[in-house]
Amino acid sequence: MNTATQIFDDAEKGSSLWHDAWLRLRKNKLALFGGSVLLFMVIVALLTPWIAPYSYEAQNLDLGASPPSAAHWLGTDIFGRDVLTQIMYGGRISLAVGFIATAVALVIGVTWGAVAGYVGGRVDAVMMRLVDILYALPFMIFIVLLMVVFGRNILLLFLAIGAVEWLTMARIMRSQVQSLRQQEFVEAAVSVGLSPAAIIRKHVVPNALGPIIVYTTLTIPSVMLLEAFLSFLGLGIQPPATSWGLLISYGAETMEEYPWLLIFPGCALTLTLFSLNFLGDGLRDALDVRGSKD
Amino acid sequence: MALLNVDNLSVSFVTRNGTNKAVDNVSFSVEERQITAIIGESGSGKSVSCYAMLGLVPSPPGRIDGGTAHFQGQDLLALSEGELRAIRGRDIAMIFQDPMTCLNPFMKIGDQLIEPLTLHKGLAKGPAREQAMALLDEVGIRDPQGAMSAFPHEFSGGMRQRVMIAMALINEPKLLIADEPTTALDVTIQAQILKLIAELQTKRDIGVLFISHDLAVVSDIADQIVVMEKGKVVESGQPKAIFGNPQHPYTQKLLAAIPSGQKAADTVVPDPLISIENLRTWFTPTAGAEPVKAVDDVSLQIHRGEVLGLVGESGSGKSTLGRSILRLVPMTGGQISFDGIELSALEGRSLKQFRHRMQMIFQDPYASLNPRMTVYDTLAEPLLLHGLVNKAGLEQAIRELMDNVGLARAFVRKYPHEFSGGQRQRIAIGRALATRPEFIVADEPVSALDVTIQAQILDLLADLTKEYGLTMLFISHDLAVIRQIADRIAVMYHGKLVEEGATAQVFETPQQDYTRSLLAAIPGANAA
Amino acid sequence: MLRFMFIRILQALPVIFVVITATFFLVRSAPGGPFDQEKVVIPEVKQALEAQYRLDLPLHEQYFAYLGDLAQGDLGPSFKYPGRSVNEILFAGLPVTAELGLYALIIALCIGVTAGVFASLKPNTAQDYVPMSLAMIGICMPSFLLGPLLVLVFGIWLDWLPITGWGDIPGDKILPAVTLGSAYAAYIARLSRAGMLEILSQDYIRTARAKGLPEWRVVTQHALRGGLIPVIAFLGPAFAGLLAGSFVVETIFQIPGLGRFYVQAAFNRDYTMILGTTVFLSSLIVFFNLVSDIIAAWLNPRLRQQFQGGGS
Repeated sequence: MNTATQIFDDAEKGSSLWHDAWLRLRKNKLALFGGSVLLFMVIVALLTPWIAPYSYEAQNLDLGASPPSAAHWLGTDIFGRDVLTQIMYGGRISLAVGFIATAVALVIGVTWGAVAGYVGGRVDAVMMRLVDILYALPFMIFIVLLMVVFGRNILLLFLAIGAVEWLTMARIMRSQVQSLRQQEFVEAAVSVGLSPAAIIRKHVVPNALGPIIVYTTLTIPSVMLLEAFLSFLGLGIQPPATSWGLLISYGAETMEEYPWLLIFPGCALTLTLFSLNFLGDGLRDALDVRGSKD
Repeated sequence: MALLNVDNLSVSFVTRNGTNKAVDNVSFSVEERQITAIIGESGSGKSVSCYAMLGLVPSPPGRIDGGTAHFQGQDLLALSEGELRAIRGRDIAMIFQDPMTCLNPFMKIGDQLIEPLTLHKGLAKGPAREQAMALLDEVGIRDPQGAMSAFPHEFSGGMRQRVMIAMALINEPKLLIADEPTTALDVTIQAQILKLIAELQTKRDIGVLFISHDLAVVSDIADQIVVMEKGKVVESGQPKAIFGNPQHPYTQKLLAAIPSGQKAADTVVPDPLISIENLRTWFTPTAGAEPVKAVDDVSLQIHRGEVLGLVGESGSGKSTLGRSILRLVPMTGGQISFDGIELSALEGRSLKQFRHRMQMIFQDPYASLNPRMTVYDTLAEPLLLHGLVNKAGLEQAIRELMDNVGLARAFVRKYPHEFSGGQRQRIAIGRALATRPEFIVADEPVSALDVTIQAQILDLLADLTKEYGLTMLFISHDLAVIRQIADRIAVMYHGKLVEEGATAQVFETPQQDYTRSLLAAIPGANAA
Repeated sequence: MLRFMFIRILQALPVIFVVITATFFLVRSAPGGPFDQEKVVIPEVKQALEAQYRLDLPLHEQYFAYLGDLAQGDLGPSFKYPGRSVNEILFAGLPVTAELGLYALIIALCIGVTAGVFASLKPNTAQDYVPMSLAMIGICMPSFLLGPLLVLVFGIWLDWLPITGWGDIPGDKILPAVTLGSAYAAYIARLSRAGMLEILSQDYIRTARAKGLPEWRVVTQHALRGGLIPVIAFLGPAFAGLLAGSFVVETIFQIPGLGRFYVQAAFNRDYTMILGTTVFLSSLIVFFNLVSDIIAAWLNPRLRQQFQGGGS
């Protein structure tokens, strides 16, 4: 829409809130560090089949478990498999679970919350009552139950985790929409005659985006934790596939003799969680999610 | 020897973006048993200078750069934190602007009240409570016994400010610092609190440092006035001198900005543009609860070309009435017709087509603009929506709007947060005018603004009303403002319309008691 | 207040009902009967077994019979441990898990609140950064990683503390409790820091300072109460988290508690055991959510009065 040309050619460039936020984020070294590490992890995960030092199935039973060496930077496991390769393939799954389940939660939660918040009244009451009830359910136990009953299916894992996490997303979105709806600029848009759909698109969503971005960034690590937790218990990712949680679980069994099998996958998981949390906290500060006027 | 003597006080705030001098070589004094008032707009450093000498400016970012503040022979700025603490709440007490947030919501009022007594005088709880109750009675709390065990949220704003005053006076301080103590209150309550402070001050022989943005309020009570601008004292003297013969241009500007005078009565031909009959707008907060009758059985006519001032205190339903006319809140009953068209019958498309004929200007210019849209987008939205201009004419129309509301064209691509409050209100006015409406509801459009800005916006509104041939419902709690801009006045109280008439008539011969009490509460009666 | 409690209890009942129903049908819809894997070829034996566990009845009758048993507090017999009822197994494990959870909660609260409050008093200084960095590590170091690492360092390399068991050797409770509590200490530290910062910026804190109150009294008498409400409200969810965490910690340290039984039941496909444990744990969680909500509401005078009778 910004097509001002002849008449306003001397117009000063404004600085949007997004631009300001980016400037603030750029000053936050921890958040930048988090973002870079995360980007690195994602690129490595995408390229793993081509850049992994060994093939995923390759075993070397003669070698067995060996500590880090020039040939195997992070050592090998008891089957002589390269730990770095294992971590890279495990990371693909851990990150995929994190991102996909969060996306599921994002889509369901944002839609649900936006509708409840904007329509309001009885619809809102019923929709949020349902969220309240689901919220009170002990989901951790339910996911364990689901995995037991329906077998350890990765698709089900996505759905189950997404189903837990959408609740908070819906609550955040609803409270955003509700408070925005009472803002005078939304009232002004109504009095100008904008349709509800246009008001949501132009006035509500752009202003609700900040908290949603922040919360999404912080949901990914909690999803990855949940996956790792289940895999550790043997209820998540199943061999022959692997994930960081599963690697940690194997590592914990043999840590007395082969501590590197525990430590390196642990580092990978912790480093990723760190990065996501730093990035999320940085975004929270940069986007000023607590909400102030100026 | 003055009670308090502040000399060359300088305070700055150190932030990542640099050092900002908030108070720059400020000097003033408070004599015993006198009231010194510090006047200034937001950001003038008036509060900071008082907080700084009591050690209440958080450091960092605050930093005291120099100066002295002699209180009873001691330099407050040279005292340690512990020594200052012994003075705070005992010899110097404070009351603050917003009584709603200044009392601890988790503590009973009695417990908060006796804290200064048990702390500074070492009194036991029992005698302290006795003393507190006596004082509550003195500041006009009806049931002191009950009040002691109540929580702050059970009291209205005015009552809470009384509690704050009692708490400040409980140790019989020598100096009371009152930071905008009436700004958050309704005008009739403001008058009561001002009276109370003045009474207690004479009765108890205390010096008062009264901080305010409102010259009119100060004119009634101050013995000495200090005018501050941008961290500096620009003028000080006795009220008579300040009001009668202001020296500094800023003081002159402040005085000129006090809403005064009365709009020259135009001869409005009674030709109702809007007819409201028995309008009721009720809200039901939770299902089954007693409805809040925000607007209850109001009938009113607004004539073509007039500015109707709607006056009332908070909770009187004046805003809801304005929003009901614009169909921004659903009405419960009654009728509103606009130019002969029944508004309540309009739905969907027909309502949308109708919307451009009436617009609204809101109170808070910080909240009424979408923070993620540029001035260009904000102004273009209504123009394009209603097909008032084509793409080619859009820029021309936006330029015209910006010129009309007094915004530099170079700002067209800027976002709301890059503007000051007054500029933002200009953008909001431009948006309301974009659709070339016939009728505008202006809901407290100047009450969030500093007084000099307020004067500019009022002038702008008056000019635009003429230029665009607007009919306006001007909602305000401030009778002086209303008097300056309105042709006729309607007074609301508890959801009902209590009085209506030509501006001069309402001011000179008010018919209702409530209107009379409103008029009596206008501050600044002694001024000029 | 009574009314508030009453309303909350009324709201909690359907949740428990949903849990029972959902769990029951989920477990029953699992592919394969409980005795399919066993080499019970003799049809009569299988029939007798199924009759004993009411598996020969139509599903809805099984459901109502189960509800009836539940109403009497009977969670039914275990599939895998014939002769032992779910109740017996649960009550054998409960005290252990309760003790572990209690220690973990105490650790979490003491460390978390102290660290959070201290950090909030001097924001953006070392006093803030150090505890908050530690809290970040706590959040990013899940119990199933922290546990083995602690065992490795303190149990194996340094050989200071025993690494398995519960109440057998002195000191064997330390590592499990620390493992379980640390993540919550981290959360609570962050929560209490945020809560305190919010409250400390309120106007009434300035009022308290203007009265001349010393800083420690400003914090303890005026700020703590409001600042810690988020922590109290978090205790309900934290309890649910502690229970889930006990699955892992009890597995790592081989502690005979509820969590370990639950994981074992999950692997053994001991359906009645899973069903019973889920219902029991869920009810506990719902109950603790209720308690923490009520305490949080009670701490807030405005809410307290609203529900005492009439509006405010």
